[in-house]
Amino acid sequence: MDVSSMQATAMTRQEPLLSIKGLKTHFATRAGVVKAVDGVDIELGRGEILGLVGESGSGKSITGFSILGLIDPPGRIVDGSIDYDGLDLVSMDEEARRRLRGNDIAMIFQDPSMTLNPVLRIDTQLIETVQAHAEVSTAEARQRARDALVQVGIPSPDERLKAYPYELSGGMRQRIAIAIALINKPKLIIADEPTTALDVSIQGQIIYEVKQLCRRTGTALIWITHDLAVVAGLADRISVMYAGRIVETGTTADVIERPLHPYTQGLIDSVPSHATRGHRLHQIKGMTPSLLNLPKGCAFRERCEKATPECLVAPEPTLLPGGKSVRCWNPAL
Amino acid sequence: MSTPVTVSPTADVEESPFRRFLVQFRENRLAMAGLILMILLAIPAVAAPWIAPQNPYDIGSLDILDSQMPPGSVADVSGITYWLGTDSQARDVLSAVLYGMRTSLLVAFLSVTVSLLIGSTVGLCAAYFGGWLDALLMRIVDIQLSFPAILVALVMLSVLGQGLDKVIIALIVVQWAYFARTVRGTALVERNREYVLAARCLSLGWRRIIARHLLPNCLPPLIVIATIDLANAIALEATLSFLGVGVPVTQPSLGMLIANGFEFMLSGQYWISFFPGIALALAIVGINLVGDHLRDILNPRNAQ
Amino acid sequence: MRKKDRQVPVFIINRLFQAIGVILVMSVLVFVGLYLIGDPTSMLVSPEATEIERQALRKALGLDQSIWVQYLTFLGNAVHGDFGRSFLTGQPALQLIVERMPATVELVVVAMTFSVVVGVPLGILAGLRPKAPSSKAIMTGSILGFSLPNFWIGLMLIMLFAVYLGILPASARGETVNVGPVALSILTLDGWRHLALPALTLGLAKAALIIRVTRAATREVLPMDYIKFARAKGLRPSRILNVHLLKNILIPIVTVAGLEFGQAIAFAVVTESVFSWPGMGKLLIDSIITLDRPVVVAYLVMMVFFLVILNLVIDILYMAIDPSAREKVRD
Repeated sequence: MDVSSMQATAMTRQEPLLSIKGLKTHFATRAGVVKAVDGVDIELGRGEILGLVGESGSGKSITGFSILGLIDPPGRIVDGSIDYDGLDLVSMDEEARRRLRGNDIAMIFQDPSMTLNPVLRIDTQLIETVQAHAEVSTAEARQRARDALVQVGIPSPDERLKAYPYELSGGMRQRIAIAIALINKPKLIIADEPTTALDVSIQGQIIYEVKQLCRRTGTALIWITHDLAVVAGLADRISVMYAGRIVETGTTADVIERPLHPYTQGLIDSVPSHATRGHRLHQIKGMTPSLLNLPKGCAFRERCEKATPECLVAPEPTLLPGGKSVRCWNPAL
Repeated sequence: MSTPVTVSPTADVEESPFRRFLVQFRENRLAMAGLILMILLAIPAVAAPWIAPQNPYDIGSLDILDSQMPPGSVADVSGITYWLGTDSQARDVLSAVLYGMRTSLLVAFLSVTVSLLIGSTVGLCAAYFGGWLDALLMRIVDIQLSFPAILVALVMLSVLGQGLDKVIIALIVVQWAYFARTVRGTALVERNREYVLAARCLSLGWRRIIARHLLPNCLPPLIVIATIDLANAIALEATLSFLGVGVPVTQPSLGMLIANGFEFMLSGQYWISFFPGIALALAIVGINLVGDHLRDILNPRNAQ
Repeated sequence: MRKKDRQVPVFIINRLFQAIGVILVMSVLVFVGLYLIGDPTSMLVSPEATEIERQALRKALGLDQSIWVQYLTFLGNAVHGDFGRSFLTGQPALQLIVERMPATVELVVVAMTFSVVVGVPLGILAGLRPKAPSSKAIMTGSILGFSLPNFWIGLMLIMLFAVYLGILPASARGETVNVGPVALSILTLDGWRHLALPALTLGLAKAALIIRVTRAATREVLPMDYIKFARAKGLRPSRILNVHLLKNILIPIVTVAGLEFGQAIAFAVVTESVFSWPGMGKLLIDSIITLDRPVVVAYLVMMVFFLVILNLVIDILYMAIDPSAREKVRD
């Protein structure tokens, strides 16, 4: 390897692949403005795996869709920047964004029974993904489609190519969705709870395989989930979202073993384990607040055991050594 | 500290469903316009014998010299103004339209009411008792609905002959099946709810279950269908009368008035057909605007 | 997979048997129903005719026998395509209908083509942007289109194009060209001029329905994950619209357009009466008014037969478009 390429490698290690700053995605509804994403910062290196954890309604999926530019009215990105590999995704025009989607940045959805078009054959759905981004013959695209199916471990790919989605099991459909995501060798994949709708036995397999594939191809991955246990074995780093904001970010080991934010602690304590057998499981008191009507200051304040008068003012993220960051006045330091 | 204050849904619960319905209904200007139109047409039609300038079927009051006069003409003898002109028998078109509207509304209203009663009884029975009864009734409904309404009505009328009552019977035969199918569909969903199953286990009487649980749930779709069907009944009756197999000449409806003026239209005497046509269209459109909006707000799928 | 392929013919055969059942039941209903219509001989003989003459005529027409003997005779003949002769003209009833059929079918095909060509794009437009003023205008227009009676629309078109503007003829069929035994008017300009108003009358009402179905289907398909996934794949908008959306909304559209084709043939009765279009519908009305029973019966049995076949064709088409429907056939 010559010097310049070594320099390039060094450069890319410093330059993040994706850098989101102060992202705000709001939905103007009849009842008021829903601040689904309200100031999110994410940084992701090349080939890095980030777990984006939060309960439903915390804005984690909307964050994913914002990156891809798939926010439909009444939703709109009102503030912040999304920088992907030196490109500003927010101000980019729609055609340029389309060329990135499915090519540089791919997405896997939650429910595999809904993501594949029911009236199109599997081969059509793979081939069109190739041909949307590259001028290749259908024969060549079909070959790539077949390779992609083999890559995600689908047996007898030729038969599967000719099948319709309804003829396949849920796990098989999700593998095909993953193959579609991988087919154009993207640099970033956003996976939105892709195993939630699957059987537990298949969940593990898919998580393992996706991790292997990303590692092998050097693809960065944002794995969106509500389940901390899922990302514990998968992600390099974890970001925890609550009510449209990221409340804590750190390496997987740090977040799981030494959570700083009271909400993260609550999440971890509420996961059943050997240690908690026979004991009453921890429960975060109260309910997720409505995004229409967030409490003043820290959104978690009213459910927080450590809340102090300071919490009436929304805390800014505090950067800590080791790439950690927490948004709390009273973190467990 | 208790749970944080949540959004408005709590406030909505205090409103009665009926109030909310009224508020939602008033939001749509087009539907309100339709409602006003319905009322504006219905009142003079019902009051026709008292407010019409002329009784168009009292031969004695007609002056044959006044036939086919354009709108706005003044009668030589009586001095009354024919605002909408006169037809070939010197009838005041305005009066004929008022009386015609009366006949059209009467036929539609009666036939829809009876169809609704028959249809919902059949639908509720089919849904509640199920089994072979359900299969048989729904088979009949399916077969009937697979035939174009106009053909069924034509066959009925060619069997029954002419007359106001015959037209009403034909319309009932055409319409009951729609009600039966809708009611059965809604009632079936409700019947399989756990509380109804529980009520059946407690061997509460079937009358009570049908009346207290199944029927109230069928009301919203019934209201929608009955409204829209009222317009359909008016349209179908007008069509049959236009074709000459509907109401008798002594009680012409709007459809027959239009048919009567049809031959004069090509020679430029548009008003004999045109004004009954406009009255017919306004009635149908008004009812449909209301019905269309009712469907939007009463459909549970849209309510969420 | 093999097993599934064998299910489809079984399904079709099943439906065929059902269809024959429906046709038999309907033929009894139609026949018995029309048997009750007044005495056709009174229309055929002069009022001065003696009772003996009437009897002779009844015997000649087979009306002296019991209703069931008449029905069985009718059924036996009908199987051979013999529906008796018109009381009025003496021609075979079926022949009368078949002669009039091309005019009706031509009218309906042109009207349905118009309704699909106009209705589907407008429906998609209204479905893509439900809140735009143009969409609201389309939807309000469609309410008018399907709620106003057909004859009314015809009347207004006549008033506008034939009376006021005077650019199109208001009645009759134009010049025809024989293609084999079938006379078609769509091959001549005069034919088109005469066809325009009746076809528009029938087509506008059907277009209104197609618009509503297309809009509803579009609104249902658009929020689906597979549309979002298609966008996430970076497909071009045209491909999403023309393949992912269109192929899915085609299922309800084909079903409705097919059913409406049958309805349109029936509603041609009205349109043909308004425009004096010499089709089967005009024949039916004339026959009902003159109590020409064999022609009415033949028309109705033909219609039943046609509608049943049409339903079968729609089911087969449905399976061709919706792959998972083939699966459901197993039940």
